[in-house]
Amino acid sequence: MDRAQVDAKIRELAEPFNKKGVTITEETTFQNDLEFDSLTVMDFVAEIEDEFDIIISMNQQAEIENYGQLVDAVNKLQADA
Amino acid sequence: MSEGISQPDQREPIEAHAGDKDLFSKFDDIIALREGLLATGQTDPFNLVMEKVLSPTRAICNGRETILLGTYNYMGMTFDPDVVEAGKQALADFGTGTTGSRVLNGTYQGHKECEEALRDFYEMDHAMVFSTGYQANLGIISTIAGKGDYIILDIDSHASIWDGCAMGNAEVVPFKHNDIEAMEKRLKRIPEDAGKLVILEGVYSMLGDVAPLKEMVAVAKKYGAMVLVDEAHSMGFIGDNGRGVVEDAGVIDDVDFIIGTFSKSVGTVGGFCVSNHPKFEIMRLVCRPYVFTASLPPSVVATAATSIRKLMHGSNKRAHLWENSKNLHKGLRDLGFKLGTEEPQSAIIAVIMPDLQQGAAMWEALIKNGLYVNLARPPATPANMTLLRCSLCAEHSEEEVAQILDIFEKSGKEIGII
Repeated sequence: MDRAQVDAKIRELAEPFNKKGVTITEETTFQNDLEFDSLTVMDFVAEIEDEFDIIISMNQQAEIENYGQLVDAVNKLQADA
Repeated sequence: MSEGISQPDQREPIEAHAGDKDLFSKFDDIIALREGLLATGQTDPFNLVMEKVLSPTRAICNGRETILLGTYNYMGMTFDPDVVEAGKQALADFGTGTTGSRVLNGTYQGHKECEEALRDFYEMDHAMVFSTGYQANLGIISTIAGKGDYIILDIDSHASIWDGCAMGNAEVVPFKHNDIEAMEKRLKRIPEDAGKLVILEGVYSMLGDVAPLKEMVAVAKKYGAMVLVDEAHSMGFIGDNGRGVVEDAGVIDDVDFIIGTFSKSVGTVGGFCVSNHPKFEIMRLVCRPYVFTASLPPSVVATAATSIRKLMHGSNKRAHLWENSKNLHKGLRDLGFKLGTEEPQSAIIAVIMPDLQQGAAMWEALIKNGLYVNLARPPATPANMTLLRCSLCAEHSEEEVAQILDIFEKSGKEIGII
């Protein structure tokens, strides 16, 4: 799977969590733009983990602030898996 | 601190710079939330003073005799005559405090007797007493799970567990509360050769629900993980010998570490870890929250040891506490309150409030009508719920439970939530 495919899949998974219908760009932040609370983050991360069969530890999550960083991280993790 | 350096008599005036940032500005949101709540005339639920404590179930608060239903004093040991006497004797014989670390001058006869009582209580090879339950989790978790290791834990874990994870630099992987499948999926994806620690709690204190330990411990073992179970809210009460949910689920021999506290059923303060790990004693030298703090006062370990030994023979009290829990759960449900669990699973009954405002108002109505419960609010609660958390005591009489239900009914009608 290449980065564009990873991006498309995560976009699809993010949709039900994007309650306000915010337009998601590479720079969109989870905390401020999408207003994800800690429980939403957990559910969203779990969906991604199950889809790509990877683990995104809390330590790795702490480094991810915006959408582009998430796609990069997942792209790398699924390539390594 | 460096001493012996001569200081000039006159100090230079310190000028504040315009760009200085107030480090407290990060608390502005919570300050505003609190001020907003208190501005409505609401009594501060986090500032209650117990003016006098009459028994494990009664105190004087705001000059009023109050039934205590939020103390975690599950087995009512705080006024047990044998326990009180042991404390007095130790105070007279050993003084008020040890003024030192367990590994230096802070291990007295009483600390060894307390650890012996724990080994007997759990029938385990090793017991290590910490100054608080918080430090027991902080110390054990951060010491055994370090960089490159993985911690797999329930998302609703206690703050002391999260802080232990953060301090140890292990990779932290949470899973959905009590979800066996979510836990297994994560364990499966972790590199096979990595060190793994699964952390679970017997009873989760917010909703009073119990973990499916039989299944979860089996899954953890299948993937070669070590298992730590925090039994803070079940000791003395759950299991035939009061050893906790691990005993009740029949997995006590499969778990590697049990963490507990003296500040609930035991009735004083302190924390501990028991284990059968053959190398466990090395923890005393490498666990920083154990080494770099003063040990518990002699009176505290004497009361703890006496209380633990009495809890071994507490089956009648355990049976009465279960009765109380069932009666309160049924009574509250019949009154129309929404509860944290369908059936009573522990000595904690959580009443779910519609929101923080109404929860705080209900808390105030209860205290004015002579009943103390814990108000629990986000972010300490799961799913951002506001809870009125009730913890029962084996010393609550059947009549007291009936009285508690009357106060809930009266207060609920005053606030208009039932």
